Amino acid sequence: MIPSLPRSSLQRYTTAGFVAAFFVFLFVPLLVVAVFAFNNANYPAPPWRGFTLDWFFGGGARVGLFADVPLLKSVWTSVVVAAWVTLLSVAVGTANAFLLERAQFRGKSALSLLMLAPLVIPGVILGISILAFASRLAQFAGDMWDVELDFLRPGLPLVVAGQFAYIVSIATLTIAARLKRFDVTLEEAAFNLGASRSGAFWTVTLPYLKPALIGAAAISFLMSFENFNTTLMLVGSDPPLTVMMYGRMREGASPVLNAVSLFLMVASALIALVLLRRPRASGA
Amino acid sequence: MRAETGARLDAPRARLALLLLLAPAVVWLAGLIVLPHLELAVLSLRARVTPGVYEFSFNQYRTFVDEPLYWHTFVRTAGISILATASTLLIAFPAAWYIAKIVRGRAQSVLLVLCLIPFWVSETVRTLGWMILLRESGVLPRLLVDLGITAVPVEMLYHDATILVGLVYTSMLFMVVPLVSALESLDDSLIEAAYDLGGNGWSILWNIVVPHAAPGIVAGSIVVFMLTIGNYLTPTLLGGKNSLWFTEQIYTQFITRFNWEQGAAFGFLLLILSTAIVWVGLKLTRQSFGDVMRRA
Repeated sequence: MIPSLPRSSLQRYTTAGFVAAFFVFLFVPLLVVAVFAFNNANYPAPPWRGFTLDWFFGGGARVGLFADVPLLKSVWTSVVVAAWVTLLSVAVGTANAFLLERAQFRGKSALSLLMLAPLVIPGVILGISILAFASRLAQFAGDMWDVELDFLRPGLPLVVAGQFAYIVSIATLTIAARLKRFDVTLEEAAFNLGASRSGAFWTVTLPYLKPALIGAAAISFLMSFENFNTTLMLVGSDPPLTVMMYGRMREGASPVLNAVSLFLMVASALIALVLLRRPRASGA
Repeated sequence: MRAETGARLDAPRARLALLLLLAPAVVWLAGLIVLPHLELAVLSLRARVTPGVYEFSFNQYRTFVDEPLYWHTFVRTAGISILATASTLLIAFPAAWYIAKIVRGRAQSVLLVLCLIPFWVSETVRTLGWMILLRESGVLPRLLVDLGITAVPVEMLYHDATILVGLVYTSMLFMVVPLVSALESLDDSLIEAAYDLGGNGWSILWNIVVPHAAPGIVAGSIVVFMLTIGNYLTPTLLGGKNSLWFTEQIYTQFITRFNWEQGAAFGFLLLILSTAIVWVGLKLTRQSFGDVMRRA
């Protein structure tokens, strides 16, 4: 139990052993991914055949990460999608936070509950429902005005919409949690000192919200970058990284996937460090 | 709050401000959540008579009941998801206890961060790791041969147990974090008092710790269950052709066969199942949905 109570040494060793095994369980899959990015073999499997950087820089028989144009293109696609999702989620999430914390109107509690609903809808269903609805809109526009609305067909605009649909819920929660703790008298003070409403917002409220905005942006970017379920249903001809990796993993992967994964791990760790240096700012 | 800030605005301007704030939320919720799901409901309840002409029908739902493959997959998905949730809880609880109660100070925050790190990495990468570990030519079968436990490498992918391991692994964070925060708030002196009054390990766990941690347990379990039942990547990659996961049926109907009516019906069934189990979980422990989501 707890340290202040007597524990037998057997108990202590079992606990420590379990926790050690737990962390091995957590890290072994990531470790093998990283290790086999450097194995001098055509297939990410043992035995160890020596160290190579082919899977990063190779250009001949072994196509390394930096020569694998489709893979690099999919990384870029993911970055573009994630940037849009982040921008939209933080902007709409901020508006939602003010709506929930500052405004009073009828149906507010129902609305705030509805804002949480996207978090319990399985991603696959979110994807197909948006796909079906967008297709109906496109058909309607085609029938009525004889226009072809390409952005309503499977493709990146729909992927952005699908990811945004639930990521904005998370952004809203994060920003609203910080806005709730905001001391309104600070704004009052700004008004008393002659600030306009927008002046007070830009110089007092927004700087206060900044940590939550950064946290929400980082989480949105990461969730978008990693999203698979919703994306798979809405994707068109240019796949983001997760969908691309999935396709290749089904065919039997080459270690170039390990190489790109290693980059993802390093990037995620860097984002995590940035977030953790601002304790409790993200609320996640 | 608004009485003070709002007093500075005359009524029409306040209304305008409210409408401007409401607009994005309404566009989001109506355009991407409510209307698409209504569309899904309509799709699932219609049958094509001739091209472009549809009638109301329960055909898709009847197919689900009549075709054993479909409802077997459905029940199986629910069963494995419940099993995965329970396993995640059993593994995460001692670890969360250790982090919240036994280690102190800097070591505590370091361990918690160590728990978070794997989940900052894409699920695709984590699954790739498991595939390298478990497939026939992979690390673990090789290790078993080297240790003399098996004569030839065994295929460890494509079993139900593999799917379970993958699902537990991928959900771990969503259990550990709410558990740690629930256990941290438990006052040690309560446990000491129970011990002084003659309680042993199990009775303290059952009468003091579990009731206190119940909100965290429920929050973690609900999130893990939802993520598991809606998962597509882990079951299809680790389970291969034998995975028989319900989201896979939805994908097949919608994308491969282009049978949107059937896919929509399957989607709705999954949504109902997932909502129902979440609702039962909340009712059993008398918690509100909003609180649980904020905790998670």
